[in-house]
Formats: sequence, structure tokens, C-alpha cells
Amino acid sequence: MASIPADYALYLALVLFLIGLFGVLLRRNVIFVLMSLEVMMNACGLAFVSAGAAWGVADGQIMFMLILALAAAEVAVALGLVLQLQKRFRTLDIDSASELRG
Amino acid sequence: MYLFLFAVAGAVSIASTILAVTRLNASHALVYLIVSLLAVAAVFFLLGAPFAAALEIVIYAGAIVVLFLFVVMMLNLGQGSVERERRWLRPGMWIGPSILSGALFITLFVVIYQETGTEFMSKAVGPGEVGERMFSAYILAVELAGILLLAALVGAYHLGRRYMTDRREEN
Repeated sequence: MASIPADYALYLALVLFLIGLFGVLLRRNVIFVLMSLEVMMNACGLAFVSAGAAWGVADGQIMFMLILALAAAEVAVALGLVLQLQKRFRTLDIDSASELRG
Repeated sequence: MYLFLFAVAGAVSIASTILAVTRLNASHALVYLIVSLLAVAAVFFLLGAPFAAALEIVIYAGAIVVLFLFVVMMLNLGQGSVERERRWLRPGMWIGPSILSGALFITLFVVIYQETGTEFMSKAVGPGEVGERMFSAYILAVELAGILLLAALVGAYHLGRRYMTDRREEN
């Protein structure tokens, strides 16, 4: 444990976060967009845990748990919205749900 | 030795996440996502956070991905969906996201690189310590997380219930 520099864990979190961001920008299927969001949240959790481990305190893991609760809540509501999208528009294309013209 | 294990787990997590984000078939992508989450759990173990690692496996790989899997099965995506994904993922679409996330990568890499290197403390933070701190200093955050989960429960029930009743009427 002592031999891993804190930078490396942060680099890993950075790369994972950017892969998630890449997925959100690239994909149009709403299920893949949600998966990419999960990847991004997981990377944030990794950054918190590694920061907590760098100082040897429990706070990082507590933050990770709160992120976990947030991710679970988000995915429950978002998958309900996916079912509604499929029912109303007969597609998973996230661009089809643009009736607000935002 | 720890650094080598960290490198292996990190490489596995990066590779499987890239594969998960770029798959055409949703169920294949979910399997790669599970591999990625397990690799991150291994990283948590190596960083001396065993409780976070256990939660990563139980809740992320166990509960959240299974929820995705249920929805993918409910939507009944067949062979047609792979073809449709291929249409949606044209090669030209890769350029914009690649440039944007590449620029962000360079920025953040430089920020982290300029920090002086911190070594991890060698002691692992076990579940007992986490629990004590969580239910003393962070008790308000725990209560708020409970309220958030209740709101999500009500919201998911509301959205999902209408889906189920409408589907019954169609049959």
C-alpha cells in the first residue's frame, strides 16, 4: 500500500472519468449514456477513496458510499425514464426526446 | 509488488471500460462494465479501503448493473438493435468527443503532474473506523442520503407503474 504514489490512482480516476465523458458525448442510445454516467460517478468515487487513502482517513470511503447512494437513486429513476421513452417514442434514441426544443 | 498489482488492475479497468462504452450490444457492454467495476474494486483493496471494495462489488456490480440488465431484458432488444447501433455510431461521430475529452485529459494530467508526489499511508482503513466516523461526524449526510433514496423510490415506482399498467392494457 505504501508503494503506490497517490498520483497514479488519480491518473486512473482521470482516465476512467474521461472514458465516461467520451461515452456520454458519443453514444445516442440512452442505455449507453446511463452506463457512461455510471462510469463517471465510479471514477469520482475512486478519486475520493484514493484521496482518503493518501491521508489515511475514513472520510474518502464515506464520500464513496454517498456517491454510491446517489448512483443507485439516479439509475432507478433514469431506468424508469428509459421505459417511458421506449413506450412513448418506440425508440431508445435520446435525440427523439427533444420536444422541449432545448 | 503492490505497484505491479495496481498497474494490472488499472489496465484491466481502463480496457474493459473502453470496451463497455463502445460495444454495439447492450448486454455485452454490461458484462464488460462488470469486469471494469471488479477491477476498480481490486484497486480499492490495494489502496487500503476494503469496505469500499466490498461495497463496489455488492452494490455497483451486484445491484446497479443487474438493474440495467433487467431493463435491457424488459425492452427485449434483439438483433435489430445491433444494426441500429451500427447506424448510430458512424465513424465521423468519434472525432468531436475524442478531441474534447483529449483536451480535458491533457489539462487535468498537467494539473495532477505538477503536484508533488504524495505516498499513501501504509495503514488500511477498515469498516469499523468508517462506520464510527459515518454515524458521528457524517450523520446528517446519511440522513440526507436516506431521503434521496426515498425520493428515488417514489419516482421510480411512479414512472415504472404507468409503464406496467399501460402494457397490460395493450395486451
